[in-house]
Amino acid sequence: MLGWKEFELEVMRDRHDNFVVICPIENVDPMGVHTGDSITVAPAMTLTDREYQRLRDMARAVMHAVGVETGGSNVQFAVNPADGRTLVIEMNPRVSRSSALASKATGFPIAKIAALLAVGYTLDEIRNDITRTTVAAFEPSIDYVVTKIPRWAFEKFPGVDPTLGPQMKSVGEVMAIGRTFKESLLKGLQSLDLSRPYYPTPDHRVWDGRLESLRVPKAERLWAMWEALRAGHTPDEVAQASTVDPWFCVQLAEIVALEREVAAYSSADDLPPALLRAAKRAGMSDEHVGWLLATGDVAQGDGPADLAAALGRAVAARRRHLHIDPTYHVVDTCAAEFESYTPYLYSSYEQESEAPPTEREKVIILGGGPNRIGQGIEFDYCCVHAAWAMRDAGYEAIMVNCNPETVSTDYDTSDRLYFEPLTPEHVGQICEREQPLKGVIVQFGGQTPLNLVKPLVEAGIPILGTPADAIDVAEDRGRFGQLMSRLEVPNPAWGVAHSPEEARRVAAEVGYPVVVRPSYVLGGRAMAIVYNEEELARYVTVAFEAAPGQSVLIDQYLEDAYEVDVDAVADGHRVVIGGVMQHIEEAGVHSGDSACVLPPYKISLFHLSQIRDYTERIGLALGVRGLMNVQYAIKDDVVYVLEVNPRASRTVPYVSKATGVPLARLAALVMVGFTLDELGLTHEPDVDGFYVKEAVLPFRKFLGVDAVLGPEMRSTGEVMGHGQRFGEAFAKAQLAAGDRLPLEGTVFISVNDFDKSAALKLARDLHRLGFRLVATRGTAAFIARAGVPVEPVNKVSEGSPHVVDLIRQGEIHLILNTPYGPVAHSDGAAIRTAAIRYGVPLLTTLSAAQAAINGIRTLRHQTGWHVQALQARPGSRFQGGHVGPQKRRTTRSAKEEDPCPATNSL
Amino acid sequence: MATRGTQGPSGPGGRRIWHGRAFGALGTRPGEVVFNTSMTGYQEILTDPSYAGQIVVMTATQIGNTGTNPEDNEARRAFLSGFVVRALSTRISNWRATLDLHTWLAHHGVVGISEVDTRAITRRLRTHGSLKGIISTDEHLSDEELVARAQAWPGLDGVDLVQTVTCEESYHWPEPTSPEWEFRQWQPTHPHRTREPLPLQFHVVAYDFGIKHNILRRLVSHGCRVTVVPAHTTADEVLALAPDGVLLSNGPGDPAAIPYAVEATRRLLGRVPIFGICLGHQILGQAFGGRTYRLKFGHHGGNQPVKHLPTGRVEISAHNHNFAVDPDTLPPDVEVTHVNLNDGCCEGFRHRHLPAISVQYHPEAGPGPHDADPLFAEFIEMMRTFARDAKSHGE
Repeated sequence: MLGWKEFELEVMRDRHDNFVVICPIENVDPMGVHTGDSITVAPAMTLTDREYQRLRDMARAVMHAVGVETGGSNVQFAVNPADGRTLVIEMNPRVSRSSALASKATGFPIAKIAALLAVGYTLDEIRNDITRTTVAAFEPSIDYVVTKIPRWAFEKFPGVDPTLGPQMKSVGEVMAIGRTFKESLLKGLQSLDLSRPYYPTPDHRVWDGRLESLRVPKAERLWAMWEALRAGHTPDEVAQASTVDPWFCVQLAEIVALEREVAAYSSADDLPPALLRAAKRAGMSDEHVGWLLATGDVAQGDGPADLAAALGRAVAARRRHLHIDPTYHVVDTCAAEFESYTPYLYSSYEQESEAPPTEREKVIILGGGPNRIGQGIEFDYCCVHAAWAMRDAGYEAIMVNCNPETVSTDYDTSDRLYFEPLTPEHVGQICEREQPLKGVIVQFGGQTPLNLVKPLVEAGIPILGTPADAIDVAEDRGRFGQLMSRLEVPNPAWGVAHSPEEARRVAAEVGYPVVVRPSYVLGGRAMAIVYNEEELARYVTVAFEAAPGQSVLIDQYLEDAYEVDVDAVADGHRVVIGGVMQHIEEAGVHSGDSACVLPPYKISLFHLSQIRDYTERIGLALGVRGLMNVQYAIKDDVVYVLEVNPRASRTVPYVSKATGVPLARLAALVMVGFTLDELGLTHEPDVDGFYVKEAVLPFRKFLGVDAVLGPEMRSTGEVMGHGQRFGEAFAKAQLAAGDRLPLEGTVFISVNDFDKSAALKLARDLHRLGFRLVATRGTAAFIARAGVPVEPVNKVSEGSPHVVDLIRQGEIHLILNTPYGPVAHSDGAAIRTAAIRYGVPLLTTLSAAQAAINGIRTLRHQTGWHVQALQARPGSRFQGGHVGPQKRRTTRSAKEEDPCPATNSL
Repeated sequence: MATRGTQGPSGPGGRRIWHGRAFGALGTRPGEVVFNTSMTGYQEILTDPSYAGQIVVMTATQIGNTGTNPEDNEARRAFLSGFVVRALSTRISNWRATLDLHTWLAHHGVVGISEVDTRAITRRLRTHGSLKGIISTDEHLSDEELVARAQAWPGLDGVDLVQTVTCEESYHWPEPTSPEWEFRQWQPTHPHRTREPLPLQFHVVAYDFGIKHNILRRLVSHGCRVTVVPAHTTADEVLALAPDGVLLSNGPGDPAAIPYAVEATRRLLGRVPIFGICLGHQILGQAFGGRTYRLKFGHHGGNQPVKHLPTGRVEISAHNHNFAVDPDTLPPDVEVTHVNLNDGCCEGFRHRHLPAISVQYHPEAGPGPHDADPLFAEFIEMMRTFARDAKSHGE
């Protein structure tokens, strides 16, 4: 079926056998690519009614046959483009990733309706929230086009084959709405928040010039097809080579034709208004049009970046002058057949706008864009709480985001939702439209909205909370270093380099080992620890690629330090710590990948009081109004500040859930003028027992990647475990993350020379707990000398039977393997890969091993789990999370009391 | 292609001119502007004779993607006055396609316009109700002239459009839904689960008030031998054909403007089982003594929820009607069986004693979902029972 077209139907059924299709989705990538890795479009574009109704009948028959009596399902089809032969290829008898997408694409909340169906309602009894007068027993009609584009993170997993196939590899996705496919595609590409232009440029060529290479589905194939069309290939040639349906190739070719037309001009003032309008209607950004004006020949693409940027601004100005302004339209489930009451909006360039702004004062909250490693749903949690807080405080809460996987993009989270790319152009236009505007909240959505601060400030748009300059101080190492010395807070030696040569000089001054990273990135992208000049040279090349035009930071690496994270809220007068977390892995492992525990279990009170003191000094000095996160390292009795982020951090939800204090909500209220006193948050909250956060790593999906933790963040999720004792909390967190700690069996130990003496204590503990120990020869000899029984086993390089054989045979139940240095030893890599493949719990740091032993000990001494609802904790001051203004969210509470009953009009 | 103006809805909201890009035929045509929310099936919509006299605005934005093919026509030609879309595909992609939409429309003499804000037009129709409009490719006509022509157009109320679309002579229809496109039934109890066409057991005379081919195909697929007769055929002429049942088809325009059809139906009532669809439903309603009324902007789309009151089940169905039967004007012997969940409008009824059923919507789909196909089986059952009873009475 390779090359067949792929379609999905999102369907629902109730207990009366009423059946509806919520959304037909077409995959742009043909069969062979996981639908999560495909660019998908709704509604289906290349089916006649007969063909579509055939899919609908089949979906209904499949749902019957599988026995889904109520709820949602997803049925996937392959259709042969040559003769229409249709096969069902998959069905998911549950809500799925696609149902989230379909919900956002249509305004029909599938999961919510499925829940109501599950408790016995029927579709005709449930009201359609959006139209209010109609019921959920209908099929949404879409008068726009939705495009979903996956977001990958292959740069985080070097060595992994970027070819797409049946195993899903993307880590997030964006969705965009336009009136046409072209518009939604280009808006979708803008939403991806790439660190480069969303259209092909000479700086980032992905196509090798051979049509045959378009056949291989890769993350960047769309750009390759685009380049091929620019180079003069016909859409038919591209369609034939890629097996992407010719209809989509023609759409892309029409974009290229428009690009050529624009590129024939060289100044914004010469651009005919009709052509500019056509470009905007096709979804091109002002900056894209500017680049085309600068370029002249799209096949060559030689426009200098600064000229392109200047022309982009000129295009924006000319567009405004010509009144070519965006219009806003409502996602209403019914193609305008009925009036709608939920302002869920998208932009286009049509003849008239809908849903005019209200007279109320507004707060705009910028979401985080696509999920990616280092910027995930933690930030969405914060945005959602901010929206609720703003509604309660009497403002109109307006959300801007483009991620269909989030709660922030539910139509009932905010008063008004703009499903739009988070770019200066789109956000700026919304700010301009939504007057009176109290301000914009940028500190909850991660780095994406922070990157918009500069253009928004330049456009005169008020930023709420922490002043924009404080963000700059925190992120500009020079200014940050000066501030730290003024505050007398130690921070590691550091330097900035703008070139590889400068990097070498700075590193020598700071002293090896050093941490290198580009400025202005989240998630440790291209961050590394280097031990010598040779490694440095290799890594700075990568770093400059990841952040072109930016500088590279070089920090002293505090080896074997303890790391501590602090989340705090400040109102300009007072800094209140929300939680202090100790990392379980030592410094050098990215904080997002490290397990951590709240409260700290191994830090002296003296150091804790220093940490609290430093946090307060920094928060007041920066003038933080809202959230801040500070990372510390403790080495040789000195507390160093590693990093300050005057914004929501990814640990905010964890701290909030552990302490019962809704930090994001409080911070949002502070940002609109409340003091912490008024909000009743004056002390660091007490913590009941221990809360352990553990990272969830995607190594199982990326076989062949060495499962070693390092400064580059690679986790894609996290879990939390609670216990009265540290070991219990840790064990629960492991269990939640999918690793069941063994209570008996065989442990394999292989540690580097630095870790041998520390590993000895662990070996003894494991032996006392009754575990059988096996180890590689060096480690075994060391352990045996201390009188702990251990059996030697061959390394892989020593031949069979070796340790990987034992892992494969299921004879190993826990692996402790610490790698040496940044370049993983190939033997170690083979062991870790085998551990991932065969699902054996793997510990790569001694501190994690110590925590695991602690957990095993606890588990062996207790019978069953202690279970407690978070709401039932004693002494929590903020039960239910409602502090500050208590104006109830009227629409929400109305719905809570009256979940659905439709007004029966019969 | 020339850019040209089209006079969009005029009326309570004042006139409004929309400029777009021409496709299809050249010309100037007035019509009643309606919107259709189907996301698929533009070819079936274009060839549905019920749209005679109307300018159809598609709310789905990408139109023409799958071109046109010889299989999906619902009538011998297109009867509508104009076709309005947001984005027309220049390139077609479908294995059955033979012509692109622009060429096809030109061939059928339909004037099309694209690149207009179809959502704005739809919202206007929703607010003001169906409006008179005019679509033109003639750049010599001024806006004022176009507006004047649209206003001078008499509209559809009271106009018999059926005679412009009905066939001239009766004919036999032999073709079932082809096995490839046979509706797949999901209900275990459905009498028609196999994909083999049933033996032709019943002779149905189908009145052509603007009949869609899919009604004929569904009748054959359900086991009927079908004779199609022109709209003016009298009851006696129908009965002379010795039918087991009579189908009253869909069709265009004002149901109150075709008294001859109501009269024929009244004479057939009780003498032969009757199944009415769309206009046929409105004719049957009048034959029972009921009255029809104009809906604000009608139902045109493939996603309308209709509740079958006896079972409580909901069918998602294809609709195309500007008028409806007022259930309060029906005699007590007529029971409302189907209602629309969106607006409560009467969508179907049956006579408690006589063999007559009808629905306001389209169980034949084409385009639209197949949920209501069991109505054809119900018609078959009605014919079977009637024949059996007649036989036992005869004995």
